[in-house]
Amino acid sequence: MPISNVNRRKFISLTAATSLAAILASPGLALNDAQAKSLIDKAVADINKVISSGKSLDAMIKDFERIFVKYGDVDIIARSALGPDARALSKSQLKAYTKAFQGYISRKYGKRFNEFEGGKVEVVGARAVKSFYEVNSTVTLRGQAPFQVNFLVSDKSGRNKFFDMIIEGISLRLSEKAEIGAMLDRRKGDINLLIQDLKSAG
Amino acid sequence: MGQRIYQSKCAKVAEYKEKHHVPPPLNLLHRLKAVLLLSLAVAALAACTGKAPNPASGINDPNEAANRRIHAFNKSVDKALLSPASTGYGTVIPKNVRGGVSNFADHLSLPNDIINNTLQGNFHEASSTVARFMINTFFGVAGIFDVAGNTGMERFDTDFGETLHVWGAGEGAYTEIPFFGPSTTRDAYGLAVDIVLDPFFVVTREPTKYIGGVAYVINAMGNRYDFDETIDSILYDSADSYAQARLIYLQNRRFDLGMTDGNAYVDPEFDPYEDPYADF
Repeated sequence: MPISNVNRRKFISLTAATSLAAILASPGLALNDAQAKSLIDKAVADINKVISSGKSLDAMIKDFERIFVKYGDVDIIARSALGPDARALSKSQLKAYTKAFQGYISRKYGKRFNEFEGGKVEVVGARAVKSFYEVNSTVTLRGQAPFQVNFLVSDKSGRNKFFDMIIEGISLRLSEKAEIGAMLDRRKGDINLLIQDLKSAG
Repeated sequence: MGQRIYQSKCAKVAEYKEKHHVPPPLNLLHRLKAVLLLSLAVAALAACTGKAPNPASGINDPNEAANRRIHAFNKSVDKALLSPASTGYGTVIPKNVRGGVSNFADHLSLPNDIINNTLQGNFHEASSTVARFMINTFFGVAGIFDVAGNTGMERFDTDFGETLHVWGAGEGAYTEIPFFGPSTTRDAYGLAVDIVLDPFFVVTREPTKYIGGVAYVINAMGNRYDFDETIDSILYDSADSYAQARLIYLQNRRFDLGMTDGNAYVDPEFDPYEDPYADF
């Protein structure tokens, strides 16, 4: 259905999005263009290594999870996917939920990793937005028109990590927030059931 | 006296009828005039509906129940028709032929892009689109090959919804349109004008005028096939495909319209860093 309104480029971006989710953020400061670029280059190198490893899908998903944890602010992404409901969770629930969420994201996006094969990411700039930084990059996949991917980076966790990736305006964090919210609604707000199901979802 | 007035009224009506009973041949000028009037009316209407400033982020969906029904309908159309037809099309027709169809459908939308870029005051984009149209018409076998694109020429894709945005119309409410999918009040008006205003449709005669529509539908099938996995994951794998489609459409549309300041990132419900790590 939405194909008619959204053009090809959008779908290319969406598709690519799924393969890119791990990129970015590491110790060191992403406060300027050059530093941000080296940061992303490092993450991209990590990802490319996984893609070209020729490992099994399961092994690749495990590698992807490691990259996600290394560069991404998993705690914050998981919490904001749950929204204000996260505040009502006990410490152990939050821990279990975050762990389950991390696995779910890794499986969901990791299994489409190979679509990024042969791709190129080029950092074109960075700017301060609100209390965080927006790093702009252009992604070129083989045989496709380039598209824009922005990473939101914050150091509030104590290290520079990305907490969102925005592909042609589409935020993966907000997309997951809608998804997790819907999953919780379907389970009538039962967070323990959600955690249980997230362990195998994706 | 009264009788005379009545008679003269009758005469006027008769005269009018005589004049208009047989519809005059709808020539090009008439059609263009009608189209222009229509688009101005729509612009005025859209401007009225959009008075309230829309937030750069967030979702305005007062007709959610009705929208959800249309979404379910669109989904069933996809399941029963579009998806299987696309699979057949994608399987039978080779990739390069599908590419040609895609280029051709794109080519036919260029005149409309020229008009809208002009209406938005983007004259560089408009003239570049004119050049693209000429290059692909003459060197790309009527647009089957995107020669201009292959030489690195930038494409300035736009629509009347964007024109309304440039003219100051607000986004309005989120709207699902049967067969077309996600839209907004403003963009639904825009789509209607794009369909009637499309120069290719207005200028050419039957049955040539329908080529654009046919190419559009076939191209949609090609896209459905090429992005099968992504579309399936949104429509059939997500817990709430309506919410996903709505969010993706609105964010991507705002991005296309250049609404990319920091406010686009503001989550009205929850700032991930508002109480950073306080609970940990």
